[in-house]
Amino acid sequence: MDVFLDFLIAKFNYWIYVILMMIGLFAMIAKNNLIKKLVGMCIFQTAIILFYVSIGVKEDARIPILTGHEVPHGGHYHTEDHERPYIDAKTVTNPIPHVLMLTAIVVGVSTLGMALAIAQKVHLHYDSLEEDEILAKLQLGNND
Amino acid sequence: MTEQFPILIIIAPLFGAILIALLGFRHQSLCLPTVLGSLAISCAAAVGTFLKVLEQGTVLYNLSGWERVTTPRGLFSVSIEYRVDAISGLVLVAIAAVGLLNAIYSKVHVVTETPNKVPHYYILYLLLVAGLAGMTITNDAFNLYVLIEISSLSSYALIAIGSRRAVLASFNYVIMGTIGASFYLLGVGYLYIKTGTLNMTDIHAALATLPKDSPSVQVALILILIGLWIKMAFFPLHGWLPNAYAYSPTATSTLMGPLVTQVMIYIMIRMMLSLFGAEYVFDHLQWTNIVVGLSVIAIVAGSLFALSRSDLRKMLTYLIVAEVGYMVGGAWLANSMGMTGAIYHILSDAMMTFTLFMVIGIIITRTGKTELTAFQGLFRKMPITMTGFTIAALSMIGLPPTCGFFSKYYLVRGGIEAGQWAYVGALLFSSLINAVIFFRLIEMAYFHGGKAYGEEITDKDHEHHHSRGRELDAQPDETLEQVPWSMLAPMLMAAASLLAIGIFNRPIAGWINAALETLNLAQGG
Repeated sequence: MDVFLDFLIAKFNYWIYVILMMIGLFAMIAKNNLIKKLVGMCIFQTAIILFYVSIGVKEDARIPILTGHEVPHGGHYHTEDHERPYIDAKTVTNPIPHVLMLTAIVVGVSTLGMALAIAQKVHLHYDSLEEDEILAKLQLGNND
Repeated sequence: MTEQFPILIIIAPLFGAILIALLGFRHQSLCLPTVLGSLAISCAAAVGTFLKVLEQGTVLYNLSGWERVTTPRGLFSVSIEYRVDAISGLVLVAIAAVGLLNAIYSKVHVVTETPNKVPHYYILYLLLVAGLAGMTITNDAFNLYVLIEISSLSSYALIAIGSRRAVLASFNYVIMGTIGASFYLLGVGYLYIKTGTLNMTDIHAALATLPKDSPSVQVALILILIGLWIKMAFFPLHGWLPNAYAYSPTATSTLMGPLVTQVMIYIMIRMMLSLFGAEYVFDHLQWTNIVVGLSVIAIVAGSLFALSRSDLRKMLTYLIVAEVGYMVGGAWLANSMGMTGAIYHILSDAMMTFTLFMVIGIIITRTGKTELTAFQGLFRKMPITMTGFTIAALSMIGLPPTCGFFSKYYLVRGGIEAGQWAYVGALLFSSLINAVIFFRLIEMAYFHGGKAYGEEITDKDHEHHHSRGRELDAQPDETLEQVPWSMLAPMLMAAASLLAIGIFNRPIAGWINAALETLNLAQGG
């Protein structure tokens, strides 16, 4: 049991991401209401954002911003300058995954906006947002 | 100037879209010239880049001029990098050319089908072309995700702008497309964990230093493949494609049908060869049999579905599903002959579907029918359109000297070399089905419904349309062919390109082969 708990806690946020992703995927595929599908899509995308943010985190690391006295004159580090070596990468979190996720959030928002607009048009044309009702209406239309 | 060509391919349609957004709403007559101008620049830049690649090998372009930096671990790319080799150069030329020709073709369709949304339509159109070209050219895994989403978002809207059914099809495409793109993004995340970089060349170099049986890399490959397979409508994951293409506006289906799936296949090949590496994907993992088996199912199922459909555009969409099977199977045959066939088929399939979608668009607008029976007696009434159709049909069946014959020749030879007899059988079966489908249409167009044969139609189905056929017969023969040249000229040029790609198959296959040699793909036979 202890081994299992350690295993669970050590990769805590990765477990959460997998669970969230499965919830989202389930909603996208199995839900009948179109808006619920979109909620699932949101959860799914957020799960991936959580995954990426977790990549960048390091234990006991600080934010990747240098304070005043750490910046050498001219703002450049030189490899020959042994007094001031490169900042040790272990002491700062990795900003790149976080920056990537800014883009992914924008992409997610625009996808959601697009999808909501399409859902609105679906409602306009079919007077319903339930998938089975819409499909039934389509069947009726085909028989006419 | 010439060193800026790679970025011009993307920038020109992007700025064109902004220009239309600024001016197009007030001056609607400016929309199409802007589209044509920006795509012409893009096309010229693509051809220029391709010629440069032929002359001096792979072209690299660093965005905003950030050169690679030296670190203790070697050269690292710090900016987004564009990379054009002979293969992506060919795909880029195809994208820009199809985009330009289709813009000319769309002139009438956009105005008649979406009368009050002309600027909106062209903005999305340019963004889609920019996204597709960007996907082909970029060498950055995350940038690729963003460009996938740019092209997907514009294609969702381009589909939904159409009829009542198109809106629902577009919604399903949003759901499926988002799952696909998100899987791809997850896969890139795992690669980033293992390698610490997003540049594809650097990822490849870093993966070579890792132990080969790392589960994260395998998971990354699986996630990326599933994501791309959803996006390219590989058979069990093809559900979104038929409705989305069949109900969208004509000019959308003529753009998306030839380009979206084919570019995705190129991305898959790119991932397999330049990101994971041929020796890892083929020699280490040994998944060839599984994927080729899936592609056999895709080819057979797609062909049978196509045979069973009586709606023209639905039939074409299922043919695309079958063609995706050709290319995925060819790429996974694990020899250079199959890979050459798959890449050559990307080009020929793009032009074939392009021609067919344009012909069917013309026929549907002129006859008002979407069923196969629309073809009755068309040879007399629309000789020019039907010439284009015949060339495309012969190419789909695979008769020389059209390009369809040569791509099938390379694919079959690759299949024989790899000993994948089921795949070879599926290719021949699919050619047979295509022959049945297209000879039926040609026969209908040539013999039925014409004046001399009009009385012979006894079939109940034909009776149904008989009155309509009479009505058309009563008109002078030229009326149906009165299609504007803006529709006929692109169609004829695409049909001519089918012959051109076929006749120049040796140099094209030579360029592809030369590019493949640098990618360590096992040379078979």
